[in-house]
Amino acid sequence: MSTDTPTFTLDGRPIPFQPGQTLMQAVQAAGAYIPHLCHHADFDPIGSCKVCSVRLVGPHGERTVTSCTWPAQAGLEVRSETAPIRHDRQRLVQMLFAEGQHHCPFCEKSGNCHLQAVGYHLGMTDTHFHHSQQPHAVDASHPDVWLDRSRCILCELCVRASREVDGKSAFAIGGRGAQTTLLVNSPSGLLQDSGVAASDRAVHICPVGALMPKRQGFAIPIGQRHYDGPDDDADIARRPEDT
Amino acid sequence: MSPTPGTPPRPLTIATCSLAGCFGCHMSFLDIDEALADLIDHIAFDRSPLTDLKHVHPDGVDIGLIEGGLCNHENVEVLREFRARCKVLVAVGACAMYGGVPALRNGIPVAELMAEAYLNPAAQGKLGGPLHDAQLPQDPELPPLLRAVLPVHEVVHVDLTLPGCPPPAEAFRQLILAQLAQRDLVLPLHLRHFD
Repeated sequence: MSTDTPTFTLDGRPIPFQPGQTLMQAVQAAGAYIPHLCHHADFDPIGSCKVCSVRLVGPHGERTVTSCTWPAQAGLEVRSETAPIRHDRQRLVQMLFAEGQHHCPFCEKSGNCHLQAVGYHLGMTDTHFHHSQQPHAVDASHPDVWLDRSRCILCELCVRASREVDGKSAFAIGGRGAQTTLLVNSPSGLLQDSGVAASDRAVHICPVGALMPKRQGFAIPIGQRHYDGPDDDADIARRPEDT
Repeated sequence: MSPTPGTPPRPLTIATCSLAGCFGCHMSFLDIDEALADLIDHIAFDRSPLTDLKHVHPDGVDIGLIEGGLCNHENVEVLREFRARCKVLVAVGACAMYGGVPALRNGIPVAELMAEAYLNPAAQGKLGGPLHDAQLPQDPELPPLLRAVLPVHEVVHVDLTLPGCPPPAEAFRQLILAQLAQRDLVLPLHLRHFD
């Protein structure tokens, strides 16, 4: 690292960056970790999940920003692993658990679920909020892929992957408020008429058990899944590179 | 409060119950195995399937372990007695934490569920043939179902939660040790998995 590489600090640790990088990009390049759900290094950020929120301390006071969208600037003091921020992040994740139907013990994604792993990282042991008791529709029409909207966290990773990698634009987010849901771009609105294939990046990038290839559930034994270990919750929620 | 010198400390009193659960969490608790020998002088069971006592002692107990969510009115009554009489109430397992398997019925009207289970000819066919004079159960001793299966924290205040399906035996042991030592429970990651 040359001496004129600009840096900011993350919880006191100097993080070098290239001009144009976001805080998240610089932090990941430096091998550090800020928890996140909707961010993925292969796609432009959308800043929707807010789990990567950090506290900026500057000459003009403090503010909370999403680290996936905020440009890195020299001299910034970024606070991430503080008690108030961990508390707020845990509440955000608990809201996602309460809003959907995230039944880890019998979900095929359990152990490889990024939402679950971020919950582990944050030390979450309860869901705090009143749960939604109205499941969303399941689309099992496709021979090889199924969609359980009750597990969707609206991160839009499938929307972006289908548009930018698969070239199909098969998904979109529609509706408002509690009715916001993942839409399938096909004449019938069903997966079977969408052109989606089980090999699509859009299917494999889903961080939760919403979009999954069929007939692969529980294929990996408990103990060998990505987030089963090691017993280190500082690093537990790093995404596997192949998703 | 330190115990009087020369007298053994009062054992930690524990009450347990399974509401809309499968008793798997109780089985996991029993899986403490030989570690139970170390704890046996320090704990005493109050109301529990292990003692068959029907109520929590009116003077109260130290720890209440709640397995399962709430699926009917009796579950709510039992839970409220536990809350009123337990100093520390612990939601144990995935069903107590967020409903678990029984909560799969949420979103389906109760009348539809009951008809499917007791009246639907197709469902009865799966049992080996149509039932004679099929009818809904009417016994007043059967508690009515709630509209939805609820996690424990939606009905009463919960002090601690042990996640897992079931929580590992070691998590129960750590809970008891923390209570005995009057310190906060801090579980390592492998003792607080959600599945």
